[in-house]
Amino acid sequence: MDTLGIIGAVAMIMSGLTISIGSIAPALAEGRAVAQALSAIAQQPDEANTISRTLFVGLAMIESVAIYCFVVSLILIFANPFWNIAVSKMGG
Amino acid sequence: MRLSPDEIIFWHWGPVTLNATIFFTWLVMGVLVLGSWLATRRMTGDFHPTRWQNLLEALVTLMRDQIRDISRQEPGRYLPFVGSLFLFIAASNLLIIIPGYEPPTGSLSTTVALAACVLLSVPFYGVARNGLRGYVKHYIEPSFIMLPFHIIGEFTRTVSLAVRLYGNIMSGSVIIAILLSIAPLFFPIIMQVLGLLVGLIQAYIFAVLAMVYIASAATAHAEKEQAGQQPGKGES
Repeated sequence: MDTLGIIGAVAMIMSGLTISIGSIAPALAEGRAVAQALSAIAQQPDEANTISRTLFVGLAMIESVAIYCFVVSLILIFANPFWNIAVSKMGG
Repeated sequence: MRLSPDEIIFWHWGPVTLNATIFFTWLVMGVLVLGSWLATRRMTGDFHPTRWQNLLEALVTLMRDQIRDISRQEPGRYLPFVGSLFLFIAASNLLIIIPGYEPPTGSLSTTVALAACVLLSVPFYGVARNGLRGYVKHYIEPSFIMLPFHIIGEFTRTVSLAVRLYGNIMSGSVIIAILLSIAPLFFPIIMQVLGLLVGLIQAYIFAVLAMVYIASAATAHAEKEQAGQQPGKGES
């Protein structure tokens, strides 16, 4: 396999691994956070506003981990720096 | 595949380039300024406000209540900064219902600029509230060893603010672009509705996190002083 093929294959495999492994932990954490918040709302319905506001902020902070992985995998696919270097080396 | 609207260039002359991010940022700012000017042009104090004035008053009241709930302080001094952050991000995310519009928050440069504003405003509000000594003192709060961690924390939370907003908005437009090439008939509309919801929630979260960071710098010292004073002497 030539250099371009290796770079492309490694980038594809690693971007898939990045988003798949990187979304497992945030998914588990979000499920746990939502379950806890639901049981808290069921116990104290009066505090539903505060709980859901805190829940949204916490969910966004958990979800940002998955978003980082998504950004990294998109960079690997669409804006891979090594790919551009290899193409320019081969072309010129 | 475009990852940011920076790459769409409308016009350039010599070193000056006008890309889609700058254009749509100014468009959103113009819409906000013109809209609020039109709405408050004939402001009245009686019980029959115009409907636009009513809308703006409801928005401002909502933001004041939220800021008061989150920071447990009077919202007056925080409202201009946090409220403008929320209004700008919400407007730039919600305008995606207009065809041909690219949200400027889907560009990393815009979100880094907004997060840098938050980074600079934290010491500004902290010094204004606690004085320079009181603000610098909270960096070495439990012990001197914590100083590098506080400084690292300041920068990592700025980066996370910027990348969170950028990643959410950019992923929305990338997913719509991918779906347009796979199933162009009906699916992109559903994802666009989801994008509206995500855009509003992200605007809210950005403003809430900015408020939390500012409030944590502005109250850490004041609470200790209050605890030392006599109880029941509330601060407005």
